[in-house]
Amino acid sequence: MTDATTSRASNATPELAPSEATMERLVASAHQTAGPYWHLVDFPEWADTTRHFADNLPEGGQRITVTGVVRDGTGAPVTDALVEIWHADPAGRYPDGNGDPTAFQGYGRCATDKEGRFRFVTLKPGPVPVGPHAGANAMQAPHMAVALFARGLLQHLSTRLYFEGEALNETDPVLRAVPEARRGTMIAKPAGNGAWTLDLRLQGEGETVWMAV
Amino acid sequence: MSEVVHGYRRPDPATQPPLNSPAYGSTAARHPKQPLLELPHTPTETSSPLFTAARYPELADLTVLENGAGQAMGERIIVGGRLTDEDGRPVRHAMVEVWQANAAGRYNHEGDTHDAPLDPNFLGRGRVFTDENGFYRYVTIRPGAYPWRNHHNAWRPNHIHYSLFGSGFAQRMITQMYFPGDPLLPLDPIFNTVSDEAARNRLVSTFDLELTQPERALGYRFDIVLRGREATPMEDDHHD
Repeated sequence: MTDATTSRASNATPELAPSEATMERLVASAHQTAGPYWHLVDFPEWADTTRHFADNLPEGGQRITVTGVVRDGTGAPVTDALVEIWHADPAGRYPDGNGDPTAFQGYGRCATDKEGRFRFVTLKPGPVPVGPHAGANAMQAPHMAVALFARGLLQHLSTRLYFEGEALNETDPVLRAVPEARRGTMIAKPAGNGAWTLDLRLQGEGETVWMAV
Repeated sequence: MSEVVHGYRRPDPATQPPLNSPAYGSTAARHPKQPLLELPHTPTETSSPLFTAARYPELADLTVLENGAGQAMGERIIVGGRLTDEDGRPVRHAMVEVWQANAAGRYNHEGDTHDAPLDPNFLGRGRVFTDENGFYRYVTIRPGAYPWRNHHNAWRPNHIHYSLFGSGFAQRMITQMYFPGDPLLPLDPIFNTVSDEAARNRLVSTFDLELTQPERALGYRFDIVLRGREATPMEDDHHD
């Protein structure tokens, strides 16, 4: 990115500081399927968000595993899926965008295996504020964003993973927006020793609550 | 200084592909049948992982292996463009991942059994970062078309896959870049899942003489737009 062509291209289009007067109105590019060969950009170590920290985990960090099986509408395992997670740190914080490269980041990527199974190693997230519009005391239950990409998915599917037994699950605004009978599709169950499991169903019986994000 | 982002605008459905598309057979058993739950945007959706070249090294020239041995076969091309949001804000220092078939139309992937030669000098994956103005650029080989069995005599047009992150996880996107004048585009069920013609054509790169390097390679420009921020009375546009 440092040769003459790039410099010339950059100089040719001076940055327009967005303001109400000069604001461009563009339209977001269309998604397209990841297809079956996205593994070319898969690196198995990305499934462990703690890999940069060794034993020097953030304060209060509880190492957990999150596993599950992805199935399609016929019940067959989806063996070519790319699963991503994104979640807060144990204190419920996200990186502030100012670029501290040493801060914990709850981002993981995992390919499903021949049985359709994914497995992440990460830290259990803390409760997260609902947001700047909802007041300082409104909290969401600990959760992860889950994004699922695969052949046959023209846009990725999105859901959330919650943790069974969290008191805040009773008041979480997203969980409460889901009919009670389907909430279980978003709530991981403990399997002992920090292991949590949640299967994902693209379609059919027990279909995961997928979200328009 | 980071500013508070409350959320992102929702797309016009005509500009995005549907999840259920009968012409693309693989969607049949994979698209949700229950309605999607509209998720309000919270800090989980308005924050994003930070990728740096220190931890995620660039692979900006796909035509040579890291050990420098040998050159990939095929037509060398330079691909560049700008990553912005819908308000034209550059997405700075963003990681852009690309992957593709080789010149013969074969992926370096165990799942690809197309009877076309693998190229030992071409892995077909790259990673670059946008600059201060949202520009990215890499050097690669023009990918070949390949058959994919979706229907009789089905061939995918030449394309390069892109994976992108913005400043919010709600902006996450994977898409494909196509090439101008490709006769397979009107026949391709994946490209044509986007019903809005202008939106579809924005996935087609343009030949670019500025990116073209004399005695080296043709240049193709591909700009990418991520979702824009939802307007709020609190918004301060002067810091980003």
